Amino acid sequence: MSVLVARDLARHYQVSRGLFRENAVVRALDGISFALEAGQTLAVVGESGCGKSTLARALTLIEQPTSGSLQIAGQEVTGASKAERKQLRRDVQMVFQSPYASLNPRQKIGDQLAEPLLINTGLSRAERQERVQAMMRQVGLRPEHYPRYPHMFSGGQRQRIAIARAMMLGPKVLVADEPTSALDVSIQAQVLNLFMDLQEEFGTAYVFISHNLSVVQHVADRVLVMYLGRPMELGPSERVHDRPLHPYTQALLSATPTLHPDPNRPKIRLGGELPNPLDPPSGCVFHPRCPYATERCRQEVPAFRPLDERLVACHYAGEVGVA
Amino acid sequence: MSLLEIRNLSVRFGADAPPVVDALDLTVEAGEVLAIVGESGSGKSVTMLALMGLVDAPGIVGADVLRFDGSDMLRLTPRQRRRIVGKDLAMVFQDPMTALNPSYTVGFQIEEVLRQHLGLKGRAARQRALALLERVEIPAAASRLDAYPHQLSGGMSQRVAIAMAIAGEPKLLIADEPTTALDVTIQAQIMHLLLDLQRDRGMALILITHDLAVVAETARRVCVMYAGEAVEVGHIPTLFERPAHPYSEALLAAIPEHSRGARRLATLPGIVPGRYDRPHGCLLSPRCPYVQDDCRARRPPLEAKAQSLARCFHPRNQEGLV
Repeated sequence: MSVLVARDLARHYQVSRGLFRENAVVRALDGISFALEAGQTLAVVGESGCGKSTLARALTLIEQPTSGSLQIAGQEVTGASKAERKQLRRDVQMVFQSPYASLNPRQKIGDQLAEPLLINTGLSRAERQERVQAMMRQVGLRPEHYPRYPHMFSGGQRQRIAIARAMMLGPKVLVADEPTSALDVSIQAQVLNLFMDLQEEFGTAYVFISHNLSVVQHVADRVLVMYLGRPMELGPSERVHDRPLHPYTQALLSATPTLHPDPNRPKIRLGGELPNPLDPPSGCVFHPRCPYATERCRQEVPAFRPLDERLVACHYAGEVGVA
Repeated sequence: MSLLEIRNLSVRFGADAPPVVDALDLTVEAGEVLAIVGESGSGKSVTMLALMGLVDAPGIVGADVLRFDGSDMLRLTPRQRRRIVGKDLAMVFQDPMTALNPSYTVGFQIEEVLRQHLGLKGRAARQRALALLERVEIPAAASRLDAYPHQLSGGMSQRVAIAMAIAGEPKLLIADEPTTALDVTIQAQIMHLLLDLQRDRGMALILITHDLAVVAETARRVCVMYAGEAVEVGHIPTLFERPAHPYSEALLAAIPEHSRGARRLATLPGIVPGRYDRPHGCLLSPRCPYVQDDCRARRPPLEAKAQSLARCFHPRNQEGLV
């Protein structure tokens, strides 16, 4: 059974443009649909401003979606009462990008790890401590670390603490927003391994948000590529990586530097930058930067349609670009 | 003679503090692209700051030789230094949002470089600034001259920072993590621009980065740093295919791209030694999987191995080579 199902999820923001003009609407998230099984990882890929973090905020119930439906462990989130939402929050936890900002500098890490239990369970002090110690072992921290403060740890250790805190309540879904981009390569490898180990142990479903495609390729079962709040391509990680169908996915992969550059492989260089989200392009939102755009792309919004084991939002998917 | 020659450079913060950069040797030839890679705290940025004379008290810079383009950078008066730094030797920093002054327009900041180093004024400076913005491929360059940094995106700001750096026609451009703060597609644009400028002007480029894939795509030679030391210096792609130093090997193995299909990534246990707990022998010895007794006793020198210079008693990938 899917632990997380999003259907046509949208989050729009009203943006004031001054006293005498009407508010503008930013569609930070528009028409996102996916399902995630227990023990599986969905990676969300895209550049800044593509709506990745808005998606994370919607999934973790930090923000209410504007429209669409979101189900966590079979229960509908939109329209849930406050008490129900509080209950649901136990099942979705989050790991943030910077472990330097996400830990409270004035609280001992043992207490930070025990806090979710204090709030959500009726466990005694001794039981809480025992659970914290068990989790600390699990993420590779030593028992004597319990009374230390965050500044006494390195970046990699801090991210371990943040992961331990997110796992304390045994969530069904863990949303990780760029969890390794603040870390060095060798530390990144350690943290990614930890994510894999915990998933194997607890069967947690991960939503892994990243801009690093080689990390994504390593951790994810399925990949969702987003651009300007819209889904571009959704499919099995291997397929998307080996044969991207959407021109944006192709460009992203092409722009990602690799250790073994192939001089014969044509480089797709995207011109320009992300358009202003207040004034998104007509038709396909990607058309101003797309090397294959035609008149049809300028006018007609492409459907998110099934093709070759995945979903793609492009009129010419499969016909254009590098195979 | 090399454009840049560094012999036995050390940087420490405080007279009895342990070194942040230790016994570093490095040369850069005119027109070459050299990458310096290493993790945080490996001393790659401090090395370049030392070269430019930007290490402030209590920092102490010592070197047998620190020569750039014939000038001894250690013995320059501040006045002489100002004539070189920003002109023949320029730098592009990691975060374009903080590298530009938010209170002045982009045009003013570029013209300032032209005024200081080339003596250009008024309309001539303006026109040169415009040409520079066009050179770094900023769309609608003329209207951007009067823009303030906050009106520009990250990629655009980095282009402006590059325009400022190349305004004095530098012989050596140091780019310190120039694309780390940017998105991949913008990163590709900026790297392409930097290499294009480097070829175009025959300028040498030192690229400081932690991203080995970026190095593989851009540089011809690489210097791998670990805890303030250069542990391996060699050519690309040879060094990436057959690294001699265990640290280079581990760094390469930790990249997810390297373990396609494998569930777990290869890791190097432990963390980089801190300033006050530096091991006695080889700095990597507590983490190195191939460590032996001599590694713990003495620090290996940087010496020629089969394919590269490496600081290791028991280098890897040496078999079958002369």
